[in-house]
Amino acid sequence: MSHDHDHHGDAELEVRTRALESLLYEKGLLTAAAVDTLISAYEEDIGPLNGARVVARAWVDPEYRRRLLDDGSAAIAELGYGGLQGEHMVVVENTPAVHNVVCCTLCSCYPWPVLGLPPRWYKDPAYRSRIVIEPRSVLAEFGLALGEDVEVRVWDSSAEIRYLVLPERPAGSEALDEDALAALVTRDAMIGVSRPLAAALAP
Amino acid sequence: MSVQAQVNALSGAQAPPRSNGELVFEEPWQARVFGLAIALVQAQGLDWEEFRRRLIEEIAAGQDAGGGYYEHWLAALERLVIERGLLREAELEHEAARVAGADRHEHDAPGG
Repeated sequence: MSHDHDHHGDAELEVRTRALESLLYEKGLLTAAAVDTLISAYEEDIGPLNGARVVARAWVDPEYRRRLLDDGSAAIAELGYGGLQGEHMVVVENTPAVHNVVCCTLCSCYPWPVLGLPPRWYKDPAYRSRIVIEPRSVLAEFGLALGEDVEVRVWDSSAEIRYLVLPERPAGSEALDEDALAALVTRDAMIGVSRPLAAALAP
Repeated sequence: MSVQAQVNALSGAQAPPRSNGELVFEEPWQARVFGLAIALVQAQGLDWEEFRRRLIEEIAAGQDAGGGYYEHWLAALERLVIERGLLREAELEHEAARVAGADRHEHDAPGG
């Protein structure tokens, strides 16, 4: 217990961080908006890296994509992502004619080994009921407008089956490598309430 | 590769703590300092390697001291801004003393 670690307390580290931050803003080296945008991107979108890597692999490797759609659990395990408690992972593929979206009408079943923690709205009763009844309106509220000719399929997760959406690869992303592609795959795109980021947002 | 992809590529001892693939911040300042480093590298057009090299050094130097991952991250970022001449060390120390002083003042205030 008396082991004396020579590390600084959180209070001091917090003070140093705030000092650094305020000076960087004061000197015009950085804007608070840039930092806020970046942090929220990491917390909300780029966090679910495991799923993003699965999707990126499927985009570059047609054989992997076939295995993923065939047996989601096994293909995801190939990349070393496990922790599934016996649930079966089913990957559903978006095409120009079909858009998939995932929910859990009963509670908040979620493919956490690939997507991390569910967003707050996923557990919201309004999302859970309305996405089944009026998926097009709900998706439009997320900013995703789908043509009338696109069929919307809503997948209700359960304790036994968890769904992951394989979004369409963004146009113009042909030259990107797997890492750069993974950076375009957002959590929301894998739930099916948005599209991946535009290829232009990659380097 | 984008800076974000380079962050994602940090591996081993250099990799930020994650849970279920998602970054884990134990305290709000950890998220701030994480974002500051990446945003600064982007805003100033620096090479991510300049930060990463210092992070590696700080992690190696701090291994026996028991500091946390983001303590090393902060130390690496402080060194980067000082060594690149963006801020002076004395300035940082002065500002830290001011922030700490303002904190104490707030804590003394009733209802603060």
